[in-house]
Amino acid sequence: MKHLDVSAIKDGSVIDHIDSKSTLKVADILNIQNEEQVVLVGMNLSSKFLGKKGIIKIGGKTIDKKEVDKIALIAPNATVNIIKDYEVVKKFKVMVPDIIEGIVKCFNPNCVSSQYQNIISKLHVINKNPIKLQCHYCERIMNSKDIVLI
Amino acid sequence: MGRFKQRDIISIRRFNKEDLLYILDLATQMEQKECTDLLKEKVLASLFFEPSTRTRLSFESAMKRLGGTVIGFAESGITSTVKGESLSDAVKIIEGYCDIIVLRHYMEGSAQLAADVVSVPVINAGDGANQHPTQTFLDLYTIRKTKGTLEGLTIGFLGDLKYGRTVHSLAYALSYFSAEMYFISPPSLRMPSDCTEELKDRKVKCHETDSLMGISKKLDVIYCTRIQKERFADPVEFEKVRGIYRLSKTTLEEAGIKDNLKVLHPLPRVDEMDESLDNTDYAVYFQQARNGIPIRKAILAAVLGVIE
Repeated sequence: MKHLDVSAIKDGSVIDHIDSKSTLKVADILNIQNEEQVVLVGMNLSSKFLGKKGIIKIGGKTIDKKEVDKIALIAPNATVNIIKDYEVVKKFKVMVPDIIEGIVKCFNPNCVSSQYQNIISKLHVINKNPIKLQCHYCERIMNSKDIVLI
Repeated sequence: MGRFKQRDIISIRRFNKEDLLYILDLATQMEQKECTDLLKEKVLASLFFEPSTRTRLSFESAMKRLGGTVIGFAESGITSTVKGESLSDAVKIIEGYCDIIVLRHYMEGSAQLAADVVSVPVINAGDGANQHPTQTFLDLYTIRKTKGTLEGLTIGFLGDLKYGRTVHSLAYALSYFSAEMYFISPPSLRMPSDCTEELKDRKVKCHETDSLMGISKKLDVIYCTRIQKERFADPVEFEKVRGIYRLSKTTLEEAGIKDNLKVLHPLPRVDEMDESLDNTDYAVYFQQARNGIPIRKAILAAVLGVIE
């Protein structure tokens, strides 16, 4: 798979080691349909650690913290490579933060954060693997199946 | 010690065993000794966006018995929220008029929201189906007072365990005291799975059943709750479960119970407890309601930092 080497785009971001099944969800988080530069999406590529992995390359884009936090919830094994002039200038593994603000909706429809649009959702991460979140306001506990990204 | 000074009382989950016992011990002192001017010149804002009798009146009475003053309202219809004012704005304004806020609101998480935006301490007097921590303190106080201990008891929770916030909070608090718990309800009103999972994570022995039969002899305490019509979106679902349990002196004694069983209820009751129970030694629910005063006195004094 030489042609999928991470340095194959001039500038941009490469998200590697995505659990293969989560690749399109990560693509959604990155809003790739609105990208105007090169976007490459690979699925079911062989991986030593994951068996099958996904990879996404986006030209001209440096992904931000909010996107990284969202990816961490969906694809906790993912790594991010920031590319400048065909070189990897930064590489890191996504990390689930201790507090998640404004990116996951509380699943409780009676929660004050679900009712009032001006309240930024806030969830405390009480377990990272498997993911378990607790709403700062109503204290309900959410598992990965309950996660709805904003 | 000052461990409660300026502390918000939002959820029983925020307190450890020592915190719980600290408030219970303080309430015992409050009950034994008259203190009339501890909260002189302090103002409590009592903000009840949802109806309440016992909680509101016992908070107001506790404040006044300690020499403090109470402002506030007992229904949201007379506040600026009917003009569209947000809860955040309302509490930000009211904090300028008081030293402490007691809040009941129908939305879950509302007390935390209020605590996040004001600098005076906030006491949650019930946020939807979520938490009602001061009720839990008085439930613990009543159990300790009538059973002599909180350690190692077997407790049966009966009735609406799905929406009954007092049940969720009390079960959590009792997990500190090695309690064994029986959850007795119709299938549609079972304890939420996140509550039972949390209890199991805390190594609590819990069992679910739909009847007292076969377990009544094991129980030291029955914590009975009303099936709350107001929490049902569908009246048909309510009709299916209303009146499903009716505790009376006869039904309890026929089922076989411990002589020193105590029956608690956060009240109000509808038809789940027969009046024949009221004058028995089992019934401690009126005493439980009265215990709201020493507990709320203790909490107000501790949070306002006037007592060590």
